[in-house]
Amino acid sequence: MSTRIDARFAELKQQGRSAFVTFVMAGDPDPKTSLDILKALPKAGADVIEIGMPFTDPMADGPSIQAAGLRALKGGMTLRKTLAMVRDFRKEDNATPIVLMGYYNPIYIYGVDSFLADAKTAGVDGLIIVDLPPEEDTELCIPAIKAGLNFIRLATPTTDDKRLPAVLANTSGFVYYVAVTGITGSAAADSKVVGAAVARIKRHTALPVCVGFGIRTPEAARAIAENADGSVVGTALVDALKGSLDAEGRATPKTVSAVADLVSALAQGVRGAKQAAE
Amino acid sequence: MNPNLPNSFRSGPDERGHFGIFGGRFVAETLMPLILDLEKAYADAKADPAFQAEMNVYLKDYVGRPSPLYFAERLTEHLGGAKIYLKREELNHTGSHKVNNVLGQIMVARRMGKKRIIAETGAGQHGVATATLCARFGLECVVYMGAVDVERQQPNVIRMEMLGAKVVPVQSGARTLKDAMNDALRDWVTNVHNTFYCIGTVAGPHPYPMMVRDFQSIIGHETRTQMQEAEGRLPDSLIACIGGGSNAMGLFHPFLDDPSVEIFGVEAAGHGLTQLHAASLAGGRPGVLHGNRTYLLMDADGQIEEAHSISAGLDYPGIGPEHSWLHETGRVKYLSATDEEALAAFQLLSRLEGIIPALESAHAIAKLSELAPQRPKDHLMVVNLSGRGDKDVPQVGDILKARQK
Repeated sequence: MSTRIDARFAELKQQGRSAFVTFVMAGDPDPKTSLDILKALPKAGADVIEIGMPFTDPMADGPSIQAAGLRALKGGMTLRKTLAMVRDFRKEDNATPIVLMGYYNPIYIYGVDSFLADAKTAGVDGLIIVDLPPEEDTELCIPAIKAGLNFIRLATPTTDDKRLPAVLANTSGFVYYVAVTGITGSAAADSKVVGAAVARIKRHTALPVCVGFGIRTPEAARAIAENADGSVVGTALVDALKGSLDAEGRATPKTVSAVADLVSALAQGVRGAKQAAE
Repeated sequence: MNPNLPNSFRSGPDERGHFGIFGGRFVAETLMPLILDLEKAYADAKADPAFQAEMNVYLKDYVGRPSPLYFAERLTEHLGGAKIYLKREELNHTGSHKVNNVLGQIMVARRMGKKRIIAETGAGQHGVATATLCARFGLECVVYMGAVDVERQQPNVIRMEMLGAKVVPVQSGARTLKDAMNDALRDWVTNVHNTFYCIGTVAGPHPYPMMVRDFQSIIGHETRTQMQEAEGRLPDSLIACIGGGSNAMGLFHPFLDDPSVEIFGVEAAGHGLTQLHAASLAGGRPGVLHGNRTYLLMDADGQIEEAHSISAGLDYPGIGPEHSWLHETGRVKYLSATDEEALAAFQLLSRLEGIIPALESAHAIAKLSELAPQRPKDHLMVVNLSGRGDKDVPQVGDILKARQK
């Protein structure tokens, strides 16, 4: 099984550069603006797109992404509409990998089998589900792999060498290393520490390792890119979006460009990185 | 009743933390190693006679156990049916059953070398118990409490602060218990290296539902012994209120395999089951939240809905996973009481027995008032008086005053 994710990382490896992974919340601040942002991301330099599936109770997210999810839900976003958004995106872009990220309950309520079938048809490539550790692999991870989707796992500073094999066992696509213990939007991690952690994970897997949490500037993105196969930026983009909204929290003509401009700047940082030593 | 009944209702959970399809460990990877450590530390403690011996000393001399099983003579006369006994958990130090569990968890935290304790609280009873034991053992204590609850349970906020705890008012979501739990989990994810999360009810990821149940089961064990002494036999029925369900599970669990004992849990029906309420079994369906699969209040998209109850301690859109399982197997019958019924019961017990119950416990009293008259006079009915109502006096006083105008 090879997905768009596998193809994209292979392609970037040939080009000798690290991937730039962007996170935006589906339906933030409204479905139409959100789709426009999504379409603008690849042009601005996103190599892989993570789309947040809004949830009322995001236990591992900081205030920015919590608020983004609530804006989306207030705007009427649902899991069904999130899949429809991916379908619309795929009409114009059949190459950029799409990873859905979120929490298990909306998927469980949608129905695991129908969700996986609909996600695959819509053009989703992978899933990151924050509250499904390997101990719960039978819930969604194994069925997702069977359906031809990558199941991307988070590894954290608390995932020690003893536990890593269990975490990596059913992981595919890439490994998402959460650089700090904490919620999204936490303080940045030291790039040297990150480098050592990535090296530790790579001793256990041949999969690309992307690093997220705490990246806000082109310099930080560049520093991470030099130490990993990809860097993930989420909170900074969500904050840029929020900064462009009017007093009632509605989109303005600046909203799409506020996100796209920051993505361009960060992508420049990533592209300026020296390739990490293999 | 379900045809596939287990041989025992007391053998759960399985090694992966499941009660039937309920329970489990639905948490972020950051927390998983710690949850596995906790599972091991608790198993070690449970097998260590010194741990139980030390607990027993504190339970007796610090908490004040055993709590009395009191024959409520005037309430019995008034209702004119079953003989009613109150299990007086409100007489425990800190004023509720919550201290039983907190003592156990704090002792496990000490064995694990954790110096910082966090907790979520709704009515503030669990927060007060946690702040109390942290003071006793010299541990740092941070309590997350919904901003709405901070407002309606002021006496407990003041108590926690006097005991040296930091109370963090939670501004996200509905600003009640669910949101307090989200923020406690966020703190835990951030400070996992030095922090122990002292969960206040029989919910959360495995091993919490089992561990909290075990610590609360002292309520049911004492009730068995005390009823034998008082009446020479087992009770015929048990009643307890349910938010997450820890006082109920503590009373019920030792009796689950006694088929002659009828068991009733009482959820909070708020304004009524067709309006805003907090009765997840009556009005919800299975889903995944806060580390476990259980009955939850949610919309068609799987978004969690806000609960409502007059009682902050029951104002939660979920329930402990073992209750979901006992509901589906039919072993326990789950009823619900509205805000109004609870208010009436609050006043009834105060006037007839001179005991002001917590608004949470008043939900159990409300259903007792319905069930007792339907039972014969030799029927022995035990209601868990899980907490005292001092904390609710200002709120109830305001409501009653407003109605007199």
